[in-house]
Amino acid sequence: MFDLFDALTLARAQFAFTVSAHIIFPAFTIGLASYLAVLEGLWLWTRDGRYMQVFAYWKTIFAVVFGMGVVSGIVMSYQFGTNWSVFSDKTGPILGPLMGYEVLSAFFLEAGFLGVMLFGEKRVGEKLHFFATLMVAVGTLFSAFWILSVNSWMQTPAGYGVNEVGQFVPTDWWAAVFNPSFPYRFVHMVLAAYLTTAFVVGGVGAWHLLRDRDNRGARLMFSMAMWMALVVAPLQVLAGDMHGLNTLEHQPAKIAAMEGHWETRQGAPLILFGLPDDEAEETRYALEVPHLGSLILTHEWNGEVRGLKAWPKDERPPSAVVFWSFRVMVALGFAMVGLGLWSAVLRLRGRLYASPWLHAAAVVMAPAGFAAVLAGWVTTEVGRQPWTVYGLLTTAQSSSPLDAAAVGASLLAFILVYFAVFGAGTFYVLRLMARPPGAKVAEDQGPLRAAGITPGPAMAAPGPRRAE
Amino acid sequence: MELDLPFIWAALIAFSVLAYVVLDGFDLGIGILFPLIGEGRDRSVAMNSVAPVWDGNETWLVLGGGGLFAVFPLAYATILPALYAPLIAMLIGLIFRGVSFEFRHRTRRGRFLWDWGFAGGSLLAAFAQGITLGALVQGIEVADRAYAGGWWDWLTPFSLLTGVALVFGYALLGATWLVMKTEGRLQRRATDFAWVSAVATLILIAVVSLATPFLNPAFLERWFAWPTMIFSLVVPALVAACAWMLFSGLTDHRPLRPFLAALGLFTLCYAGIGISFYPYIVPPSITIWQAAAPDASLAFLLVGAAVLIPIILLYTGYAYWVFRGKVDPEEGYHQDHP
Repeated sequence: MFDLFDALTLARAQFAFTVSAHIIFPAFTIGLASYLAVLEGLWLWTRDGRYMQVFAYWKTIFAVVFGMGVVSGIVMSYQFGTNWSVFSDKTGPILGPLMGYEVLSAFFLEAGFLGVMLFGEKRVGEKLHFFATLMVAVGTLFSAFWILSVNSWMQTPAGYGVNEVGQFVPTDWWAAVFNPSFPYRFVHMVLAAYLTTAFVVGGVGAWHLLRDRDNRGARLMFSMAMWMALVVAPLQVLAGDMHGLNTLEHQPAKIAAMEGHWETRQGAPLILFGLPDDEAEETRYALEVPHLGSLILTHEWNGEVRGLKAWPKDERPPSAVVFWSFRVMVALGFAMVGLGLWSAVLRLRGRLYASPWLHAAAVVMAPAGFAAVLAGWVTTEVGRQPWTVYGLLTTAQSSSPLDAAAVGASLLAFILVYFAVFGAGTFYVLRLMARPPGAKVAEDQGPLRAAGITPGPAMAAPGPRRAE
Repeated sequence: MELDLPFIWAALIAFSVLAYVVLDGFDLGIGILFPLIGEGRDRSVAMNSVAPVWDGNETWLVLGGGGLFAVFPLAYATILPALYAPLIAMLIGLIFRGVSFEFRHRTRRGRFLWDWGFAGGSLLAAFAQGITLGALVQGIEVADRAYAGGWWDWLTPFSLLTGVALVFGYALLGATWLVMKTEGRLQRRATDFAWVSAVATLILIAVVSLATPFLNPAFLERWFAWPTMIFSLVVPALVAACAWMLFSGLTDHRPLRPFLAALGLFTLCYAGIGISFYPYIVPPSITIWQAAAPDASLAFLLVGAAVLIPIILLYTGYAYWVFRGKVDPEEGYHQDHP
């Protein structure tokens, strides 16, 4: 079916690679920007130096991650034109203005105030500085709003007509922006970004608590992160369930692939594990729970769930990928809920900072958000195949009249550059995370202290507004 | 009264691209000059002079590209595949130099790598943008709403010439920015850079201007037929005035003047290209009206642009105001570790 080196496959690979690399950064910076705003706000309110200490700690990390997000995002903004020019021509009249609003309302806001937030501490008052931090956070949320609107429109198009040259043209902007799946996707993504950040912050806090359980900055990070896990992870499960119901309504083939269902059934089972096989049209070795599939999806014991065989073969998404990526996401989601509950129990017993087991678990779970976000995007994007605009424009129809050599060469270039540049960036971020909060460390000398021999007074909260 | 929305949007996109060229121009220019600035403190000062604003500058590029997608989707869908290779090269250049701002402060042993990433990335991005511009000016072949030319059509002596011209032009912007923002030894060196790059830029402007009308009979017609011939008299005169202002500012040590003069030069060249182009957006194939999205799309985004662009200009201006004056080598969030 696929020729590994045809232009379309290479263009798809390039998009998958660059967008997956990119999503990592916003998933982190959306949450981190809000976290920084909360920390600075709490500092202004309470004047408790710990908040400023933790703020300064994450601000540097934010700057590095944000830089990587900006440059990988610019690549995305040009890729629609280079590799998917037919798609751009046809959807431009609707998706273009939505992305235009993203640039106007979000990118400029973030970029304009980022400089003040990072470098302006001594040049503007503390209230204005807080305002800049707030604007950066708001900008990241606006950005998520528009980009999720764009993605959702492609999945559940609304408010459009088609003109004489085959372009999608707007008939009702309100319906196009707030298309049927948009609210669910937007909430699901923002919560995912908040959880991603919470688990990174919690993991870093726990890492330093394992070395020094009295570190005040690490305690603050860990405590705040575990509150987020406790409150937001269950909300995310709820949001995911609602999103699933919406997908069942608008993209039932995706749900069938996620569930590994081939036959249309009433009282469908929930397939916990199995091996979906597109050729044989069955899910082999399925481990099933009777009726649970219908119950979860339709909220009825005997609700009807359509199977993949209800669609012609060339309109089915590849089921194995979707089936497994969905399970990875769900499993990670429940692990997050579990960690949140565990932390709550220990908090009630007054042992939140005293349990190495909990801290070790939090360290292990630090990258869970990234993995879940990637798995979730794979589920929703592979699950919509073979369509770019669901039911209307196929992926094969969307690509540029491209030369395989050109796409192949640029794909190779992006892979090499991304691994070199973002690999180095990840290394620097990890090194920044290795310094304990509150320690005055020259960044390029690595951690100053050996584990576990920290003198207490070194951890004293810094004075207000001390630069790093 | 019926608003000519495609025309308004063409003007707005043109403004975004100009804003990009002059704003990111000076910070790319600093990257181009970077290897010539001695290692150590001067380099950090040069970089710190643009660190708070480069991200905002680059956003105009996203507005230019994103705006094209939004309001001239056919232009976006034909120009980008036609200029595939230089655009990919530009993106890769922008990746390296964008991350270098943060990365070079995160390592001492690896700093030289990111100094080169900053310099090489800036040079590559500038050269690729110049090639892109030249390739666009010389024309893009379109058939049936898609790019119909070959994969190497962009590569001609003319596009290489515009590539080199833009590199020197950006270097001039960067040098005059440094003259304005720094003091002492670095300022003296920047003055030397400004002299050299100004002379080179002016020569290249002349060569490109003379070559352009012969690429396309329509350009020749535009420049040498009445009444548009007025431009052919006025634009060179204004270029000469800017050149005089630039050199006299450098000689008389009036640090603001050369930068303003360099901005003036860029604006004039840009206007010159616009005069050649109009009314095409993809010369010689597609006019702005043929490429435009339906009025419903143009009007929808125009409402937002009318409200948001003035606000953007306000807070961008504020950000520049916050970081006004000479760069204080002792200040900055990036502490240099000796």
